[in-house]
Amino acid sequence: MKKITKSGAFALLATLSAPALAQLSDADREAWMQAQQRKAAQAMRAAPGPVSSGAAATAPEPAADQDKTRWMPDLGKLTATGGVIQVEGAGGGGLTPWALITGYGTRDSYGANAHYTYLSTQDYTLKSYGVAVGILDRLELSLAKQEFYGSLAPLADLKITQDIVGIKLKLAGDAVYDQDRWLPQIAVGAMFKHNNGIGGLGTVTSVRQLGAASDAGIDYYLSATKLLLEQSLLLNGTLRLTKANQMGLLGFGGDLNDRYQAMGEFSAAYMINRKLALGVEYRMKPRNLAADHEKDYYDAFLAWFPSKNLSMTLAYVALGDITVYNPKRQRGVYLSLQAGF
Amino acid sequence: MNKFRMQQAALGLTLAWALGLAQAQTRTPATPDDSLFRALGGLPVIERVVQDFMDNMLADARIRHTFDNSNVKRVREKLVEQFCQLSGGGCIYTGDPMREVHQGLKLSNADFNALVEDLQLAMDKNGIPSRTQNRLLALLAPMQRETVSR
Repeated sequence: MKKITKSGAFALLATLSAPALAQLSDADREAWMQAQQRKAAQAMRAAPGPVSSGAAATAPEPAADQDKTRWMPDLGKLTATGGVIQVEGAGGGGLTPWALITGYGTRDSYGANAHYTYLSTQDYTLKSYGVAVGILDRLELSLAKQEFYGSLAPLADLKITQDIVGIKLKLAGDAVYDQDRWLPQIAVGAMFKHNNGIGGLGTVTSVRQLGAASDAGIDYYLSATKLLLEQSLLLNGTLRLTKANQMGLLGFGGDLNDRYQAMGEFSAAYMINRKLALGVEYRMKPRNLAADHEKDYYDAFLAWFPSKNLSMTLAYVALGDITVYNPKRQRGVYLSLQAGF
Repeated sequence: MNKFRMQQAALGLTLAWALGLAQAQTRTPATPDDSLFRALGGLPVIERVVQDFMDNMLADARIRHTFDNSNVKRVREKLVEQFCQLSGGGCIYTGDPMREVHQGLKLSNADFNALVEDLQLAMDKNGIPSRTQNRLLALLAPMQRETVSR
């Protein structure tokens, strides 16, 4: 049964990416060739004339300018179309990676962002910070650190940290330009996570002691992001293969299950204007540990983009109960600051 | 339990995909719907927007050089025709095909987006709400494929 669902998902992915291969049709190419021939003929006619009408007199030569600025970031994307940095360091929403490449570099340039995220529930605090670069609007590399703190006895001194290295590659589509196609922007990515152990819990110093099978793991994901300009809506769906418990803060795999599972993550946002987006996200989670009735995450967010160099995301998040030792459902505030280009 | 959750995930993705598909299908036919034209404020507003749009572009250091060899008055007229036609106002665009007009300019995505920003500012100035702006931009965005050649 599981196999069938999985292969179904892959078939779906195949249909999603297929039309991208035939982007330039023969008709398009022919039209371009014809236009070019016409232009050439026009130039020939204009050249010998004593005073041409100005057209084709002096071709603009911005080449020198371009050389100077070639290695400068171009900040060429439209405001907000680089998304923000999600809680594991990848470009996306708040909880979920999206298919967008971080930063404002177009396919001729690059961009980068640094983020600091503070998430506080009744009994826990999660801090995340890191940097991410987007190269040629194609490849994204990210580094992030997560620090998880308890504030309620007996977990008042709890501290767990995790390092995450992320890579994401855009495969097909363009979320902004493809308004006349259903094809979303599609990207694949991986997150290499390493849990640095547990502090403040006495003799318990490793997530393995809580039942996790490993203190390191890799998440693989495939994201599809579609901007529906006509509706001022952004939709994202991500399918993640993961063994991570609470994103990896409680390790990878466990006494209940130690195999990769596919988890769906969904985001929808309404663009109030160019600088404000209001949205919701839902992220499914595995349940690998007997010691943690892990729950799905969800949030409602407001992202503000005062400029291309700065963004702020404020959200209400629900993380469910974390470990059987504290059955209270954790809800709280998520605040993320991001600076970059 | 896990089986169920995986099905949920697959179902969710299928739904998102189907939603996008339905979206595309409702948009494909060339509808004689003039609701966008009316929402923009009709021809007088489109003319003012295009005037401001053109002024913005000619003052924009990123892209003003692309008009060095252009007849600005003609460009403005053709833009009015084009926006009016696209929004369902019943005009006919009489300019050259977009690909032909732009092919020698070697425009980049950054140039294209700079133009979009100049248009957004012009629409802001004329009080066009964001929702309506985006409806027009949705019709213009695919022109990236015909105009950007670098």
